[in-house]
Amino acid sequence: MKRLLVILVFLASPLWAVDPKEMLDDPVLEERARALSQELRCPVCRNESIDESNAALAQELRIVLRERMVAGDTDEEALEFMVSRYGEFVLLRPDARGANLILWLAAPALLLIALGIGWSTIRARRAAPEGLSDAEKAELEKILGRDAP
Amino acid sequence: MPCRVALRSEGAPNCTAEEGCLLCCLAAEWVIITLMLIELGHFALILAFGIAIVQMIVPMVGAHRGNAGWMAMAEPAATAQFLLTAFAFAVLTWGFVTSDFSLQLVYLNSHTDKPMIYKITGVWGNHEGSMLLWMVILTLFGACAAWFGDGLPARLRARVLAVQASIAVAFFAFVLFTSNPFLRLEVPPLNGRDLNPLLQDPGLAFHPPFLYLGYVGLSMSFSFAIAALIEGRVDAAWGRWVRPWTLAAWMFLTIGIALGSWWAYYELGWGGFWFWDPVENASFMPWLISAALLHSAIVVEKREALKSWTILLAILAFGFSLLGAFIVRSGVLTSVHAFANDPARGMLILIILAVFLGGALTLFAFRAHAMESKGVFSTVSRESGLILNNILLSVSCFVVFIGTIWPLVSELLFDRTVSVGPPFFDAAFTPFMVALAIALPLGSILAWKRGSLARAAKSVVGWLVVAIAMAGLAYAIQSGNSALGPIGVALGVWVVGGALADLWMRSGRDSIPQRLRRITRLPRADWGKATAHIGMGVTIFGIAAMMAWEQEDIRIAQIGDSWDVGQFEFRLDSVNQFEGPNYLTTMADISVWQGARQIGDLHPEKRFYPVANMPTTEAAIINGVLRDIYVVVGDPQEGGGWAVRVYLKPFANWIWGGAMLMALGGCFSLSDRRLRIGAASAKKTPKAVPAE
Repeated sequence: MKRLLVILVFLASPLWAVDPKEMLDDPVLEERARALSQELRCPVCRNESIDESNAALAQELRIVLRERMVAGDTDEEALEFMVSRYGEFVLLRPDARGANLILWLAAPALLLIALGIGWSTIRARRAAPEGLSDAEKAELEKILGRDAP
Repeated sequence: MPCRVALRSEGAPNCTAEEGCLLCCLAAEWVIITLMLIELGHFALILAFGIAIVQMIVPMVGAHRGNAGWMAMAEPAATAQFLLTAFAFAVLTWGFVTSDFSLQLVYLNSHTDKPMIYKITGVWGNHEGSMLLWMVILTLFGACAAWFGDGLPARLRARVLAVQASIAVAFFAFVLFTSNPFLRLEVPPLNGRDLNPLLQDPGLAFHPPFLYLGYVGLSMSFSFAIAALIEGRVDAAWGRWVRPWTLAAWMFLTIGIALGSWWAYYELGWGGFWFWDPVENASFMPWLISAALLHSAIVVEKREALKSWTILLAILAFGFSLLGAFIVRSGVLTSVHAFANDPARGMLILIILAVFLGGALTLFAFRAHAMESKGVFSTVSRESGLILNNILLSVSCFVVFIGTIWPLVSELLFDRTVSVGPPFFDAAFTPFMVALAIALPLGSILAWKRGSLARAAKSVVGWLVVAIAMAGLAYAIQSGNSALGPIGVALGVWVVGGALADLWMRSGRDSIPQRLRRITRLPRADWGKATAHIGMGVTIFGIAAMMAWEQEDIRIAQIGDSWDVGQFEFRLDSVNQFEGPNYLTTMADISVWQGARQIGDLHPEKRFYPVANMPTTEAAIINGVLRDIYVVVGDPQEGGGWAVRVYLKPFANWIWGGAMLMALGGCFSLSDRRLRIGAASAKKTPKAVPAE
């Protein structure tokens, strides 16, 4: 029974995000690889980066990424390589090109509009004068029985 | 007295009487009742649906015609709706507790070996049950408005309850026609398929009810907004009535989100606390908007300004709740934790969303101009500060919104499949929170109507100096050159200090003991404000500190190996297999040493749930105020030894501690005298405030 238990546990055990075996010996290179793998999506997972994912494909991608780094790729080149192989889908930070510009610029644009509206609201509210408006003065004169000047 | 059914052999085997004795009869009746219980629950739900339809129409017409009797029927109807729905929920819970596998839902989501607590929480650990919980909460809020709404004008109350009922009608229809929890199986199986093991956890068990309380609580704000639009009138009293509902909803959302985040932290095995997952975003968007709403409602209440904007926020807040329901239930946006997604259900929620949001916005477009604002204020004033707060919160909500739906939009309109992940949100969202934190201490102490920036600055400038000094200190101590940590320290100190300065300022100008005494007697709303703002500062600091100063160590360790991480030494003592109630586990024994002193014994696990055929990771954590020690055990290695991960996570608990402070602040505010039930009528006969 105990042996069966052990087998069951191991059969089901998932691969593990960033296995020690995959890691590079060069700590600087490894750190760069870790940072990059947080920018890359595991293509078969639901919204996980290859850095966190347990999927076999994610592990493969981590290894490929490290191979590129060892081969001397810069960060950009390594990301480009991944995109050329797996498509734009793997980038967790969409590039600001083409239609994606909307994604990146929509919020700053909305902020400017909102600040504009907010400012004009504040000004409009502020516009209430200290004294009486002309119309109110005329009204007052009328009540007091004098003719408007 | 003959029994209706002779169940002597089954129901009451020990009964020997020739004719059915009373006991036998009772036993037999009981058996019949329990057999029928499920059907009774089902029937109660249908009845509640019918009552909701009546409650949607009659009080609304009554309010229109001025018919008091028609308006008055809303109250008993709301009560009945709630009682019937609660009964249906109790019946479903009974089904789970007794493992009645003739219910399809119980069969699919439960198991006799499961601990009792998870049998109960399993009721809402699935789509149908969670929708029923949603209904219980929705009708509960409606009933609360009926029970405690004595201060409301009859007409407004009738309209609010009618709008609330219309929401209930839509969701009753959704439950009964697409997600009925009371479907029976013709041949009951011997045992069930078990609940998703990830959900068998205390943190997650109570995360959904809180979130639903929040989501659904916003339906009250929505109902008030629609009723006000129909009436064409919003005044200070309206602001006071709508605020407690919003405050309560926001509080529950805060707790729900914090629980979910805390769960992700210790359960998912790498100590992340927020993933910008569509489902998380679905709860975060209503949180941001309701935070904006509860601030703008203050302006309506105190200054009768920003009325139409507040109405719009109330509509949007519930709109985002519905959008969240759509995202979670439809699975349109793939996500790590959607448990039941089905396009047909998604479609129906989309229709509900379109009808309510579309209808509300149309009504808004026609009626908003009727909401004339009265209050005037100068450029430098609390009002302006709150407008800035609203702008930043709303736009940051928009960032989350566009990032969440962009993959869908991009694929549909531009034929590009893209992903929008944490790197985008971190870059696009964070600046808004930084701006909010910078503005908060100043904006929140400006005087209403006309403030003086110089005076406000004078009372917080000390804290600005402290904040910068602390940031400098953090920069000097930390290893590495990250700016994130020091910035987090500065913002945290600034926000917390600002809140303290605000309290201090309110205590007057007397001697220090007198000021201290007066501080304790400030209105609870003031304490609520300060506590919530302090919580915000604490959370900001916690997030920045944990992200900036986290240490990670991944290695292969042999049994008996020891290694250092930070100032701690870890030793892998053993790895053993055990059997849990409904799982198998591989448990490591790792001792943690600081110098010669052992500070803990950690037991990280890898579990396997055979019924659900699913593995999980159970991290072992030593919680601390200053840092968490977080250990995960991985696979056995080919050359012997085990993969082990150790994290040191500084100030991790401050993230959720801050969130709890925010919720606590909400609690204080909610208990303020002016918001308490019957505040409007109490006003007529003012009572002396008892001295404490």
